[in-house]
Formats: sequence, structure tokens, C-alpha cells
Amino acid sequence: MTRPMRWWLVAAFTLLSAAVAAAAGAQAPDGAAVLRRVDENMGADNKVTTSEMIIRGRRGSRTVSSQSWIQGRAKSFTEYLDPPREKGTKMLKLEDQLWTYTPASDRTILISGHMLRQSVMGSDLSYEDMMEDQRLVELYDAVIAGEERLGGRPCWVLELTSRGGDIAYFRRKIWVDRERFVVLREERFAKSGKLLKTTEVRNVERMKDRWVPTRVNFKDALKDGSGTEFIVKSMEFNAAIPEHLFTKASLR
Amino acid sequence: MIRFLLKGLLRDRSRSLLPFTTVVLGSALTVIGFSWINGAMSSMIESGARFSTGHVKVTSRAYAKEADQAPNDLALAGVRALTAVLAREFPALDWTPRITFGGLIDIPDEQGETRVQGPVAGLAIDLRRPGSPERGLLNLDKAVVRGRLPARPGEILLSDGFATRLGVGPGATATLISATMYGSLVVQNFTVAGTVRFGVAAMDRGAMIGDIEDMRGALDMADSAGEILGFFRDSPYRRDEAVRTAAAFNGAHGGDAGEFAPLMVTLHEQSGLARMLDFATQVYTLMLVFFILVMSIVLWNAGLMSSLRRYGEFGIRLALGEDHGRLYRSLIAEGAVVGFAGSAAGTAIGLAVSYYLQNTGFNLGSMLKDASIIVTDVLRARVTPASYVIGFVPGLAATFLGKAVSGIGIYKRETSRLAKEFEG
Repeated sequence: MTRPMRWWLVAAFTLLSAAVAAAAGAQAPDGAAVLRRVDENMGADNKVTTSEMIIRGRRGSRTVSSQSWIQGRAKSFTEYLDPPREKGTKMLKLEDQLWTYTPASDRTILISGHMLRQSVMGSDLSYEDMMEDQRLVELYDAVIAGEERLGGRPCWVLELTSRGGDIAYFRRKIWVDRERFVVLREERFAKSGKLLKTTEVRNVERMKDRWVPTRVNFKDALKDGSGTEFIVKSMEFNAAIPEHLFTKASLR
Repeated sequence: MIRFLLKGLLRDRSRSLLPFTTVVLGSALTVIGFSWINGAMSSMIESGARFSTGHVKVTSRAYAKEADQAPNDLALAGVRALTAVLAREFPALDWTPRITFGGLIDIPDEQGETRVQGPVAGLAIDLRRPGSPERGLLNLDKAVVRGRLPARPGEILLSDGFATRLGVGPGATATLISATMYGSLVVQNFTVAGTVRFGVAAMDRGAMIGDIEDMRGALDMADSAGEILGFFRDSPYRRDEAVRTAAAFNGAHGGDAGEFAPLMVTLHEQSGLARMLDFATQVYTLMLVFFILVMSIVLWNAGLMSSLRRYGEFGIRLALGEDHGRLYRSLIAEGAVVGFAGSAAGTAIGLAVSYYLQNTGFNLGSMLKDASIIVTDVLRARVTPASYVIGFVPGLAATFLGKAVSGIGIYKRETSRLAKEFEG
């Protein structure tokens, strides 16, 4: 074999190896990179949403509707609209604090300590779930555990392990839509390995430039019943929200 | 014969003093132990019944499975109609609905902000309705320390120590933070009408008592209740009758197998009471066996020593023609006399101490302050007719056994060798 010929072979082999490596990298990206894309899709804009929770318990189901004003990840204000018993109840979240106001008592109460683990309106969501505002990538180390199809969509299966600190769920397993970067399914575990909660996205809609889960079923694994369906009825992005809404005075 | 034995026992104190003292001690301890356990168990049963279990209790089937957690989401519905059915079918009992719940009591400052909070064990009872048995059952009139009983809607009682810790008294506003039957947050204001002390650590630690209609409103439990308690009117718990009542109710209403169908359970079937009462019975039995064994060993030894000392006497009696059996029986009869006299004296002493413990009791409040079991702080002995006879069981049994074993030596004395023994 002549010397130029040998050089051509070496160059071709090197290029081929690089191409194979690049292709492999495209198919199995870094877990943190996927998680970053998930965080980016979840967004942190100002938005106003109207939603319903259909809470399915052992005695039947009931529907609670609410409107929320959300500013970034740290501030949110929610007012419950229905049923009549809950109407006028408000919640204000500022950073890591959560207050609730009930018109019947005319009292504003700080939800703290073990109360954060209580259910919101009897649903499968806890106040702690509502309080979660940090990016997943900041809270968890992620590794890609595999690939699966879920509802016809190709997904990465990620295993997330807490980076430490006070966190509601030590470990999570999430199924991320490979094209939309929406979490389609999730299992949340305690440090002991006990399954605490599952979520399952039943509908995803394109809103503005992102994919938004508009129908999600939350299931507290420690409760009976078939879970709580959270339905986004409307969502307005980049809405003008007056700053005074995010003060305790606005609760009354 | 008896006179002969008595004379022997009285004139020869060394023959009777140690066995008598042993029997007195054993019988007295048996009577005191029996009366004390009896009293402690009665306290547990009565306190538990009044505050928690009733003599019988009706809940939903699902609630009964998780009763320790007082799961109000599994509460009984249609309680007014069900209570009417119970009153009609079982008129010998008083029926009263209750709701137990947990939560926080939050005391606001002048601006309405939280000044202080504390965890509370809530009890909703039929408090304001005229003719309700609850005031008597919980002895509420005597339990009031400050203020008065609730007379108007929205008024509650707080346990006195809890109210003191929160810095509130009658007239203060207290906000209950809890959960409705459906799990929604409850934030409801109440007015403290008074403070109470029951002398039951589990209740006095941090309890709130309110009228059941107020709490139904707060907890979104219209015409519902966690449990309906039944109490035998003007009488203590009767196990057999409770079992019959529960069987009759469950037989009549057992057709509905749904998880919210009503189910009646007896006091014994709740809170591990059956296990506790069985344990108490085992303790009685063990105590009796223990005293019988220990006293028998002591009396056997006393009998052996006595036999050595009375070696000559037995020899002469045998030489005079008294047969072995008659001598052996006279020894046992001696034992029976000592046993009877000792048991009578021991029972008298035991009863005296038991009556004292029944009247004064022991205050175990400091030991029970973290207890979850509902029992009065002051435990008392309880003297029953059985207390008068229980001391005779170890007293007579031990003397009989002791004499029977130690007296066997009589049969080893051979009449043919007696003359030789006397020569020695």
C-alpha cells in the first residue's frame, strides 16, 4: 500500500469514528442537558391561568376551580372560584413562604412545617408540590436510564437523584418527550425508595413557542382514590400583573 | 379433733408462727395485687369508654379499619337516621355521635397575625342539645376550671394546661386549622367559653371540645360523624351484653357490604383492649401461681423443720398405735387450720390496704404525661366480692401442698424400728 493511500485510510477512519461518536451523542445526550431543556420549556414568564382540579376520592369526585397569577418561578397568587365553600380562599406564594386566606375566618395563615405536606383542597397535590419553584437541574443529578415510547411518543427515561438539602422527593424517575421536552410521566420517591406520587400527562398543547401539559393526573400513592386531574382551561402568557397582587394585603 | 389441733398450734408457737406469717403475707399481697390490677383495668376501661370507645361503637367499615387515625373522610353519613334506628332497636343504651379530629389551634394577635400555635386533639360532641348524655359521660360540669360550658354556637372548651400554654382564657378567639371531610383546609374562628381538666393526661395535654353541629359546619360533615358511641344506661360495661348487641346490629345491617356501611364493635375489640384485659387475666393467674409456689416451698421447708423437731412426737404417736394415714391427715388438717387462719388474717390486712388505695389512689400523672392511652392520672384499687376470697386460694393451696409434701416422711417411719429408735 502506498503512503498517500495509507493516509487516506487513516483520515477516513478518523472521520467515520467522529461521525459515529456524534451520532451516538445525539441519541443519548447528557442527562443534565435534557433536564435543562425540560426546565426551559416549563418557562418562567408572567402568566395568568384558569384551571380545574377534579379530585377523585373514595366518596366520589368534586371539582375545584381557580385562577392563578404567576410571576416567574418565585411568586404566585391563586384565588379559588368554586365550589361555594372554597370560593374566595386565596393563596400567596412568595419565594419559600406560602400564606392562605379564608374569608370565613378573615385570617391569613402561614402554611409552614408539617402543614406543607398536607393536601391542597383534598387533592393529591400537597402545598409542598405547589411550592416547588427551583429548576430541576439545580436540585437533581440526572442520568439517562433508557428510552421508551409513551402514548406513541418517544421518550428519554431519566433518573434524578437529589443533590442534597431539604427536598420533598429524594428521587424521581421521569419520562421526557424527546422532541417536545415535556415530562409525560413521573414517579416521585422518598429516600427510603417508597413511591410517594405519580403524575401522568394526558394532554399537551402548543401555546406560543412552547409545549404545555394541559391535563395532568396526579396520584398520591399513599391515598386511596384514582387521583386528581389538573386541567388548564386557559393560559395567558406575558400578562400584565400588578405588583401589589403579590403582597399579603391583597389576600383580604 | 379440731380442738386438739388448735390447742397444739396455740401452745406450740414454733409449729404455727412461721407458716401463719407466710400465709398472712402471701394472702395479703394477693388481695392487694388483685384489687390493684382490678382497679387499674377498671379505670382504663371506664376512661377509655367515656372518652374514646364507648361500651359499643358504630363506625363505617372503612373507618373501623383505620380507627386509630380517626379518618373523617371515611365517616358515617346519615347519622340522624342511624342514631334513631339504634335508639329504637337498642333502647337499653344511650347513643351519641362524636367526631374526633386533629389540627392546630392558632391564636391571633391584635393585627390578626399568628401569635402562637399548638397542635390540638379535637373532640366534637353533642354538647348543647338538652337531654344529651355527654355532659354526664365526660363529667363536664366538674371538669370546668375557668369560664363555663359552651352555650352558644361557635364556642369551645380548651384543656386548661393547653390554654395556659397558649396564653388564652375564656372570651379569647382561637382559630382551628384542620381539614374537612374532603381534605380541604379549614380555618375557622371559635370563642373559648371555658377551660377544662379531666385528670386524664391524654385529654389534658392539648384538647379542644366543641359542639358537634359547629364542627360539622367547620369540617364539612353535614349529618355525618366519625362514630356513634353506645353506653349502657347507668351501669358499667357488660361484655356479654355488648357482644350480643353488636352481633344483633351487625346481623341486621350486615347485608350492605359496602365500605361505608355501619359496623358495630364492642369496647373489647377496640384499641387493643381485649389484648390488655387478657394480659391482666394472665397477670392475675401468674400472680396466684407464683404466690402458691413460693408459699408452698416456704411451708414445705417449715414442715420439714417441724417434722425434725416433732420426730419424737410422731414416733410416740405411731408407737401408741396411731396409723400413718391418720397422722398424715392430722398434719394436713393442722395445715388447713393454719392456712384458713392465715388467709383470713391476710385477707383482712389486704382488704384494709386495698380500701385505702381505693379511696386515695396513686397519682401517676407524671408517668402518664406522654401516654397515648386514655386513663385517669390517679389510679385506684377496686375492691370487689372476689377480693374477699381470692386470698384464700394461695393461702389454703400452699399450706395443703406444703404439708402434703413435707408430711410424706411419716410413711418412711417403720413401726418395727421405733423401739430401737427410742433406745437410741
